[in-house]
Amino acid sequence: MNGQLTTMLSEYLPILIFIGIAGGLALVLVLASLIAGRQKPDSEKLSAYECGFEAFDDARRKFDVRFYLVAILFIIFDLEVAFLFPWAVTLGEIGMFGFWSMVVFLGVLTVGFIYEWKKGALEWE
Amino acid sequence: MAEFWSGYALPGAIIVAQILVIIVPLLGAVAYLTLAERKVIAAIQLRKGPNVVGPFGLLQPIADGVKLLLKETVIPSGANPVVFVIAPMLTFMLSLIAWAAIPFDLGLVLADINVGILYLFAISSLGVYGIIMAGWASNSKYAFLGALRSAAQMVSYEVSIGFVIITVLLCVGSLNLTEIVLAQENMWFFIPLFPMFIIFFVSGLAETNRSPFDLPEGESEIVAGYFVEYSSMSFALFFLGEYANMILVSAMTSVLFLGGWLPPFDVAPFTWIPGPIWFAGKIGLCLFVFLWVRATMPRYRYDQLMRLGWKVFLPFSLFWVVLTAGVLMATGWVPR
Amino acid sequence: MIIQALAFYLFAAVMVAAAAMVISARNPVHSVLFLILAFFNAAGLFVLMGAEFLAMILVVVYVGAVAVLFLFVVMMLDVDFAALRQGFLRYLPVGGAIGLILLAELVLVVGAWVASPEAAVGPIVPIPDPARVTNTHALGRILYTRYVFVFQGAGLVLLVAMIGAIVLTLRERVGVRRQVVADQIRRTRAESVELVDAPKRGGV
Repeated sequence: MNGQLTTMLSEYLPILIFIGIAGGLALVLVLASLIAGRQKPDSEKLSAYECGFEAFDDARRKFDVRFYLVAILFIIFDLEVAFLFPWAVTLGEIGMFGFWSMVVFLGVLTVGFIYEWKKGALEWE
Repeated sequence: MAEFWSGYALPGAIIVAQILVIIVPLLGAVAYLTLAERKVIAAIQLRKGPNVVGPFGLLQPIADGVKLLLKETVIPSGANPVVFVIAPMLTFMLSLIAWAAIPFDLGLVLADINVGILYLFAISSLGVYGIIMAGWASNSKYAFLGALRSAAQMVSYEVSIGFVIITVLLCVGSLNLTEIVLAQENMWFFIPLFPMFIIFFVSGLAETNRSPFDLPEGESEIVAGYFVEYSSMSFALFFLGEYANMILVSAMTSVLFLGGWLPPFDVAPFTWIPGPIWFAGKIGLCLFVFLWVRATMPRYRYDQLMRLGWKVFLPFSLFWVVLTAGVLMATGWVPR
Repeated sequence: MIIQALAFYLFAAVMVAAAAMVISARNPVHSVLFLILAFFNAAGLFVLMGAEFLAMILVVVYVGAVAVLFLFVVMMLDVDFAALRQGFLRYLPVGGAIGLILLAELVLVVGAWVASPEAAVGPIVPIPDPARVTNTHALGRILYTRYVFVFQGAGLVLLVAMIGAIVLTLRERVGVRRQVVADQIRRTRAESVELVDAPKRGGV
């Protein structure tokens, strides 16, 4: 058991090191350009991009609730996909019962999907 | 002390060397992909493309890189400086670390983890953060709108990518990328799963914000989208990240559908060529299609984009998951 | 082994620090970003325990989906968080009381908890040999057959969530012109093109 766990973890060590190296590389590149480039900021350069006039108000504001709806629907479908992963790899072992159990699960969610479609939640104007 | 050297320092150095062997050619490929893009589009439009810096413009990417390096780093006064700087670094990092799990040949993989495809799926689902963080931290209307659009778009197409991956997994019975390639020894998956192959590739275009789904940076409406306010190397990191992601999506397409490093026919002249070259060739082919599409297709409108994602790809790929599973169950071909 | 221990302390320390920052950061967006960092380190800890599938699902679902929604909400909702903090002292007694009650309940639950007699006999489902079975397989083998009712229950919860989200957020807008592709394709020449014999040289 312990030996197995160690071999599995040894596969993850390169990923950890990779994250470190990639982060370091990104940091070095940004710092290098900070040092190499000539830094001469002024207030016009530092103002937010607009079409020739001063910005009226803060750019962070309320927006259409549809974006939240998309995010919520995405969470639901993402969970559905998460449930499908173990099912897809073990379909041969769990047999017909496992297959139909997933079909029922997907059927329930398809009902939700049809409701969503009919209600017009997928429309974008 | 001796144990430290042989037990930790040496394996550590080997891993670092392996990582560099991946990163350096990858960054080279990214640099020359930008040149290839300009050359290919130029050829399609009967122009010459960059041809001044070096022979055939071959030094153009290097000149571009040096220019960006020497530019001033502008952090807007209204911005949130820490998040503003971290966002491009995150995008760049994510586009690199995904390569840890990609197999280049049998056994030629940095991290041969059991859940390889899930790792790639997880990394690609994080790509949205660099964009949201950039759009929010810039405190600019165009960046904000671009980030919002981009986030909703990536999230929408992620779902169909998930379902497509499931159909492939049904035919393999493992999450390990090496086993996914080996399962294609007799037949590459793009033949039996052809519609899924198309959906995956098109969703890949949307996921990397490439034309015709490049609304987040639609220059005619919102200037450059989420990276309007970026300059110098932080801009370059976004740029590198986007192109590295293109290569990554091409690599994923090759692994899932085009048989990874496997030659098209298992006979003499094809088997002489080593696996990594086949793999690179397939990636190159996919990348060419990326560029070809960009030169050919007009941009989608946002409502059309959302409709394609939610009303066409999602139900269709869900249907194919059930269909594939049903066929596999009925014929008894399910991998055990 | 040493690397494993070091990695554990790294993940654990960063996670605790990030979790502390989640509740102490002034800017709510920073809070969410720290929350994401905490999720990441939790995934790292899962990997250290050998639960690689769970680690990846944590990243895919919590970081890739749930935190995106959190970020949407705190970034773009026009809530003045400084004003919310104003009432901190006023609500402290009530909040503190609720916290204490919850703590007491937790202590009661943990104190009264005993292992079920079944568990003492041994696991009902044989634990698969980790040398041959990845934990994705191990999960898949029992989730859809042995725990089928729990699984279907999860499906129903998702359905309720979907309907709830639509009922709460969907607002019909009037006067929106939508593209109907079928209508566009069905259009014939007869109903869309008209030849007009305009008088010549007459001016406007």
